[in-house]
Amino acid sequence: MISTLHPLGPSAVNPTSLLAVAHPGALIQSIDWVAIAPPLIAAVAALLVLLADLLLPESGKRLLGPLSIGGLALALLALLPLTGGAPRATFCLPGGLGSCSYVADHFALVFQLLALGGALIAALLSLHAVDEDRLPAGEYWFLLLSSAAGAALLPAARDLATLVIALEVVSLPSFALVAFKRDGRGGEAALKFFLSSVTATAVMLLGVSFVYAATGSLHLAAINEGLGHVPGRLGPLAEVGAALTLVGFAFKVAAVPFHFWVPDTYAGAPLPVAGYLSVVGKAAGFAGLALVTNLAFRPYGHTWGLLLAVVAAVTMTTGNVAALRQRSDSAQGAVRLLAWSSVAQAGYLLVPLAAAGYAGTAHPLGATAAYALIYGLVNLGAFGVAAVVARTSPANRLDDYRGLFARNRWAALALAFFLLCLAGLPPGVVGLFGKVVVFQAAVNAGLGWLAVLMAVNVVIALYYYLFWLAKLFVPGTEAATSRVPRPLAATLGLTAAAAVVLSAAPQLVLQVVSGSLF
Amino acid sequence: MNALLIALLVLPLLGAAVTLAPAGLFGPDAETQDRRALRFNAVVTGLVLALAVALTAVFDHVHPSRMQGTVNLPWIPALGVRFHLGVDGISLPLVVLTALLTFLCALYSTKRLPSGEGTPSARVFTGLFLLLEVGMLGTFLVLDLLLFFVAFEIVLIPMFFLIARWGSGARTASANRFILYTLLGSAVMLLGFLLIGLKAGTFDMTALAAAHGHGLSHSTQVLAALAIGLGLLVKAPAWPLHSWLPDAHTSAPTVGSVLLAGVLLKMGTYGLVRVLLPVVPQGAHTLAPYLGALAAVGIVYGSLACLALARPGRKGDLKRLIAFSSVGHMGFVLLGIASLTPVGVNGALFANIAHGLITGLLFFIVGALKDRYGTADLDTLAGATGAALYGRAPRLGALLAFAAVASLGLPGLAGFWGEVLAMFGAFDPAAGLSRRAFVTFMVLAGLGTLLTAAYLLTMVRRVCMGDPAQPAVAEPAELRPYEAVSWTPLAALTLAAGLWPALLLGLFDPAVKQLLAGG
Repeated sequence: MISTLHPLGPSAVNPTSLLAVAHPGALIQSIDWVAIAPPLIAAVAALLVLLADLLLPESGKRLLGPLSIGGLALALLALLPLTGGAPRATFCLPGGLGSCSYVADHFALVFQLLALGGALIAALLSLHAVDEDRLPAGEYWFLLLSSAAGAALLPAARDLATLVIALEVVSLPSFALVAFKRDGRGGEAALKFFLSSVTATAVMLLGVSFVYAATGSLHLAAINEGLGHVPGRLGPLAEVGAALTLVGFAFKVAAVPFHFWVPDTYAGAPLPVAGYLSVVGKAAGFAGLALVTNLAFRPYGHTWGLLLAVVAAVTMTTGNVAALRQRSDSAQGAVRLLAWSSVAQAGYLLVPLAAAGYAGTAHPLGATAAYALIYGLVNLGAFGVAAVVARTSPANRLDDYRGLFARNRWAALALAFFLLCLAGLPPGVVGLFGKVVVFQAAVNAGLGWLAVLMAVNVVIALYYYLFWLAKLFVPGTEAATSRVPRPLAATLGLTAAAAVVLSAAPQLVLQVVSGSLF
Repeated sequence: MNALLIALLVLPLLGAAVTLAPAGLFGPDAETQDRRALRFNAVVTGLVLALAVALTAVFDHVHPSRMQGTVNLPWIPALGVRFHLGVDGISLPLVVLTALLTFLCALYSTKRLPSGEGTPSARVFTGLFLLLEVGMLGTFLVLDLLLFFVAFEIVLIPMFFLIARWGSGARTASANRFILYTLLGSAVMLLGFLLIGLKAGTFDMTALAAAHGHGLSHSTQVLAALAIGLGLLVKAPAWPLHSWLPDAHTSAPTVGSVLLAGVLLKMGTYGLVRVLLPVVPQGAHTLAPYLGALAAVGIVYGSLACLALARPGRKGDLKRLIAFSSVGHMGFVLLGIASLTPVGVNGALFANIAHGLITGLLFFIVGALKDRYGTADLDTLAGATGAALYGRAPRLGALLAFAAVASLGLPGLAGFWGEVLAMFGAFDPAAGLSRRAFVTFMVLAGLGTLLTAAYLLTMVRRVCMGDPAQPAVAEPAELRPYEAVSWTPLAALTLAAGLWPALLLGLFDPAVKQLLAGG
């Protein structure tokens, strides 16, 4: 399905020239099925779920959830055979690795792990929500899996067309997922999300077409080469095209000034979906941003480096200041706080990208990858605890977390640990080292001012994380505790255990930093 | 011996983990659980103290400058962070001081833990307390810059909750102020560490100290020293970065104050000696005059603030007074370090330990007074003539007077040597430093000692003396057995260190000479 997207280049437009190719066999692509297995399995699972929803009797619909989770787990397992050895590429045009549309290198694998793993955790969190909130199971699981398939495809895509398609595959199901909460706010949230997203996509498509016009290719490597000798008149076109392309991705990662949709969308969406968007949706955006900047727009490195540095600084500051202003008695305060904190975290994640522009190599990207993995894990964990609290207090105000320790010891301890990881303070050691690698990327690239600004931001963020944390341990009345559903408890246990293990052995995730990604 | 070092960290960590176990493990009802948790705390910290004493016994006292009992394992190869532990003549006394003060605090809290509305269970206290001990011991044991940073940060969360949950007064604001201030400093410090790691290619403190700044340009050194110094000076605390300290001390519970003054402040000065002097010597040399100036101002400022608090009618809080006196005393430590001479640094390290012992004792006594009177307000306590502690509770009064004269630096007690040596160091600073400036600092420090004597004697007069017949807020109980048990070691060591300073200086001197010379 992807091979049809290939631009064959101006020379291939004429049908006679197509027929006159010396080796017609070279036009038939051999597909490396193992390499494309992770997104493919997710996509197939999505279709299976849709079919099963049609065919299964009402009583059998309960199986759809486990089926989807099985599909995601299988897709994750499919990453294993790809880990060793050289990068595998497929959907190639003649002309080497640079003209392949799908490359399963380390970068792709790390972000696929994040996308599929994040989707798996979000799916586990959804299991009880689908049952309890009476969401239409078939549609829900289909949309979630489709979006996950897109997110898994995106980091391996190596041409702009595939990137844009993948990004839309991530986004379109998300609009519907957000709208699942049927209390009016869900619809509004989805509409806001949809309108701002399609605007961004339109702008990005315009940018892509400019870049194509200036360089004559959609392949990232070819664009990179083409930018070196763009005819003088087309220079501004290429620059504007590059800038507009970045805007689309900046929207996905919710970088300021494209962040306005985040709090309302998160607060309006079902909790697992909000968690999913904050991690997987964002990961897709970061992967795309990293790919186009480093592989396609390298000649403009200093320009987008500075641009991203400024955006990173503004994003983290805006996110933190807004999170600071969250009132503890406002409805959905916890989710809004997590939403703003995710905006701020996106700012930290942008720092190594900016550093990659200054350093002239893709090496700092390892810091973004490592930090994204850590952030994804603990942020989904925090959303999990929010889901636990939302069962007894649907308003999910920050005040509802008062004395959680007395009511539900383990949930409170887990949330405390997740918040400390997000804040980057021991005992959340893994969060601390996540920040350390980001700082290191900035310092190494000579972005001292950004590092200092980030240090200040870390302190600001600590205030609201601590504010929340302190609430958990206020001695409270022992209210009637409701039993946490088993899938939810298992998910929380899983994420908390993973966070603790990573805190004891941060090397497990930080090895991403030392190796080469591409 | 290296097993001892690991055990020093693992034991309290395991103890903290045990407190997470279901409540039923500690006993059937809440009261038993609390009692057993506090006993468990005392037992674990007692074992840690035993380990620290054993470490002192097997330590090779002939070669205190050698790193001993080293453990060096890869931890995060991706960042080049190694799990590198070791102890030498500089860190050993601090390790023992930490273990001792934690044990005494744990012992004290088995009998006297603030309880009432808003305080969580004693199990939580035990967990946090043991985690705090891990961080404090870790700071003095680790030999890797990033590991040092981790240990430095571990103490923040437990101390935050100790102040915010078991404290009094405006405790939440004080706790927030404490943690935000310190974190801002240490985040900048981390940038300094990363800069060094980037330029020197390693985070290993022993390797960096051996290189003695070789391979780091002058501007790198100054920048790194500035960043690291900022983080450490917030913790120490140096004037004008001290403003979190008085509030934190005033609000903290007694054991929190003791550990804050006795150990946490030392982490800052220890970092200056262990990291700043040997790793970025040129940067330290450039910044030394400014550090000396801050130290001198801090000494005078701290004493003047105390003098103001001690005067009648000023509503001075005793805990606040001791906290401000810490600013002054730590000023001497900083002055000694700033002189960059072996004499000055020796004095600084000695004053460090002495301050831990004496101020720990003072905070214990003042905390006990606050318990007895229900307030630490000096005016309320003293009434018209004075609280007359000599007459009402003679042993308590005598101990307070002892601690106060030790604090003002009476020869023969621990407070004397450190401050004198620090001033000696300033009198003849290292080559290249402005002699004139440092002599000025020394004169200011001398003025500070006079002011210190003035406010401490005023305090003793107003608390210990007076007319026993005048009506008092409360009738203070005499020294209780558990108080005597947990305070006497501090008093005894204050005397011992004062009479036999060579005990400590013999450990410090070779190590300090090596750190300053490099290699």
